[in-house]
Amino acid sequence: MNLSKFLVTTTALTLSAGIASSQDMTIVSWGGAYSKSQLKAYHEPYSEKTGVNIINDDSSAEAVAKLRAMNEANNVTWDVVDVVAADAMRLCDEGLALEIDHDTQLAPAPDGTSASEDFGELIVSDCFIPQIVYSTTFGYRTDLVGDTAPTSVCAVFDLENYPGKRSLEKRPINNMEWALLCDGVAKDEVYNVLETSEGQDRALAKLDTIKDSVVWWSAGADTPQLLADGEVIMGSTYNGRLFSVIEEQKQPVAMLWDAQVFDLDGWIIPAGLSAERQKRALDYIYFATDTQRLADQAKYISYGPARASSAPLVGKHADLGIDMAPHMPTDPNNAKNTFLYNYEFWADYRDDIDAKFQAWLAQ
Amino acid sequence: MEVADGTPLKKSLARSLRKEKLRALALIAPLLIFVLVTFVLPIGTMLTRSIDNSIVEEILPRTVLALEDWNEKGDELPNEMVFRSFVEDFQDAIADKNHTKIGSRLNYEVSGMSSLFRKSARKVKKWDLTDNAPIKQKLIEVNKAWGDVETWAVIKTHSVALTNGYFLNAVDMQRTPFGAQAQPENKQVLVKLFIRTLKMSLIITGMCILLGYPVAWLLANLSNRTSNLLLILVLLPFWTSLLVRTSAWKVMLQNQGVINDLLVWIGLITEGSRLEIINNQFGTIVAMTHILLPFMILPMYSVMKTIPPSYLRAAKSLGATNWTAFWRVYFPQSVPGIGAGSILVFILAIGYYITPEIVGGTDGIFISNRIAYHISSSLNWGLASALGAILLGVVLLLYWVYDKIVGIDNVKLG
Repeated sequence: MNLSKFLVTTTALTLSAGIASSQDMTIVSWGGAYSKSQLKAYHEPYSEKTGVNIINDDSSAEAVAKLRAMNEANNVTWDVVDVVAADAMRLCDEGLALEIDHDTQLAPAPDGTSASEDFGELIVSDCFIPQIVYSTTFGYRTDLVGDTAPTSVCAVFDLENYPGKRSLEKRPINNMEWALLCDGVAKDEVYNVLETSEGQDRALAKLDTIKDSVVWWSAGADTPQLLADGEVIMGSTYNGRLFSVIEEQKQPVAMLWDAQVFDLDGWIIPAGLSAERQKRALDYIYFATDTQRLADQAKYISYGPARASSAPLVGKHADLGIDMAPHMPTDPNNAKNTFLYNYEFWADYRDDIDAKFQAWLAQ
Repeated sequence: MEVADGTPLKKSLARSLRKEKLRALALIAPLLIFVLVTFVLPIGTMLTRSIDNSIVEEILPRTVLALEDWNEKGDELPNEMVFRSFVEDFQDAIADKNHTKIGSRLNYEVSGMSSLFRKSARKVKKWDLTDNAPIKQKLIEVNKAWGDVETWAVIKTHSVALTNGYFLNAVDMQRTPFGAQAQPENKQVLVKLFIRTLKMSLIITGMCILLGYPVAWLLANLSNRTSNLLLILVLLPFWTSLLVRTSAWKVMLQNQGVINDLLVWIGLITEGSRLEIINNQFGTIVAMTHILLPFMILPMYSVMKTIPPSYLRAAKSLGATNWTAFWRVYFPQSVPGIGAGSILVFILAIGYYITPEIVGGTDGIFISNRIAYHISSSLNWGLASALGAILLGVVLLLYWVYDKIVGIDNVKLG
C-alpha cells in the first residue's frame, strides 16, 4: 500500500491502543504489597465475575492533589481511589468525592446487620468506605536494644536505657501525641493539651530531648530498611511493613505495639464521573467491601479488616501459612493501649502545627 | 539609489529583511505555539493562584458586602444584619456543598475554621429564615467561636478578591486586620529555607566547577581514543536513574555504610565515632554534586574542544610558565563553557526535590520540599504558587545579574 495509507493505518492503530475500552476501570492504590493484596482479593475475583478489566494506578500518595486538578480540568480519569481517612475527609470537604449512603450502597453482613452498623464508628466521613485498619507503630532490633526488650512507647524517649538512633516520621502527626504521652499527659487529655500553643511547645520540647538521635523518614519503606541495616535500633512505620520485615524477610526485629495509632484506609469514588462509570464504580465497591472480601485481603497482608463481621473469618497467610490473627493491629494482645487518629483535630490543626514542626526541624 | 524596479534601495532592503524575519517566524511558529500552550499558559495560570482569592467573595457574597462597614480592629462583634447575611450565604453554600471548601480555605489562616464550618452546617442547614427572629444569639449558641471577634476579623481580612496574603506567608509574614505582620517566631521557616537553598546551590555549583574542570580538560586534550573512553565513564552515570544514584549514596554514606566501615577497618576512626556524612547538609552537597556534575562537564568539554592547542604552545614558547600560560591564555577562552555549565547546574540545583528529601535529613532540605508539601498534602495551592513565583523571580534576578557581570553572549554551548 502507498505511503499515505500506511501512515493513516499506523496512526489509527496507535491511537486505538491508547484509548481504554469502555469495559475498563481505573483503580488507584498505594503500590507494593498492599496493592498486591487488593489485586488478589478484589480485582481478580471481580474481573472474573463481571469481565471488567481493571487498570491499576499506584498514585494514591498524590491522590488529593491530582483529583483536585482533574476536577478543575473536568476530566476525571479515575473510577475508584484508595485513600487514608484523613485524605477522604479532605476530598469530601472539597466536594471532590461522592457522598455514599452506606446502608443502601454497601453489602450487609451475612447475618443481616446493616453495613453502617458493621463498620460502626469507622465511617468517619460521608464519602468514605472503610477497608482496612492499619496502625503506625514501632519495631526494634532485638539484638541491639540490650538485655531488656522495650515494652512501652516511652522507650523511644529513653536515651539512657536504649541508647542509639531512632527513626520517626517527618511530620507532627503521631509524634506529638507520643511526646505528650511520655511527658506525663493523660491519654484522654492529649488533644486538649495539643490544641493550645503551650501544649504544642511542650511536645516539641520533649521531642527536642531526642532530636539529635532521630533519623526522619518520609516513606514507609525507610524504617524497615534502616532497621535491617542497623542504622537505627527502633523506628516507627506501618505495621504491615514490619510484618513483612519480621516474617517474610526474617530480620532480627520485633514489634512494639504499645501506643500504636490506628488509622483507616479505604475507598472513595471521585465526584464528576458519568452516570455509567459511577454505577460501575458503586458495583465494584459493593463487591469489594463485603464481609468475605475484606477477610480475604487479610490473607495477603497484616492489616485488619474494617468490618466487625470479617474478623472471625481471618485465616492464614496465603504464602507463609502462618495464622494472621495474632499479627493484626486489632488483635486484643496487641491492642491493649491504642490511639485512634483524631481526624477532626488534625483536619483543623494540621497546617498550623506542621508549620511549627518544620520550623523546629529546620533549627 | 534605486534598485532595478525603481523602488529606493533602503525600502527594498527593509522589505526583504522583513520577509526574512517573517519566514523565520513561520518556521519557529509551531514550536512557539507549542511552548506557549503547554508551558507558559499552564504555569501562568498556576502563578495567578498566588494572588487569587475570589473564593471568599464567591461563596459569601452578602457577608463580604455587609462586613464592609464593620471595624475589624475593634472589640465589638458585627451587628445582626451581618449575621443574617452570613447565615443566608451559609445556607446557600450548604446547598451547593461549598461550605467545607470555604472552611478549609479560612483554616489556612486560623486553625479551627475547618471544623467550625463543618459542624455548624449540620444545625444551620435546618434553620428557617422567613421568621425574622434574631440570628446572632442563635448562631453563637451553635458554636461559641461565632462569638469571637477573631472569626469575623479573619473573614473580613481575607475577603479581598486579589490578596497579598499568600506572598506575605511566603516570606514568613501574615495578613492581619492590622496590616502585614510577622509570623510568630516558632513558625518562621520559609525565609531560612530560601537562603539555605540559594547558599547550598551556590556551593554545589562551585564544587561542580572545581571537580568538573579537570575532567573536561582531560576529555578535551587527551587523544581521541582515551577521551572517548573517559566520555563513556562520564555519560553512563548520567544515564542511570536519579533515584538509583541517590539510593547508592545512601548505602555509601550511612553510619553503617561502606565509607564508615572502610575507615573503621583501616583504623582511621574508632567504632564509636563513625562519621555523620548523611542526613545533613554534607550528604546533600555530596549527592547533588555527583548528580549534577555531567551538566557541568559536558558544556565545558564542548567549549574546550574548540580551543586550539596552538595558543598554549605559543604562550610557552614566548616564555610563560605552565601556570601563567594556563591562567592567562587558556582559562579566559574556557569561561563561556563555565558560564553555561554554572547556569545549568544552579537552576537545576535550586529546584531539586528528591535528593534533599532522601539524604538531606532535617538541615539539608530545600524550599522545593515545602512547595511539594503545599501542593500535595495541605492543598494550599495559593502558598505553593507564591513560593514558586518567588523562586522564579530569584532565578530571573540572578540571570540578570549574571548578564551584567559576565554577559549572556559569553555563554557558549560549543
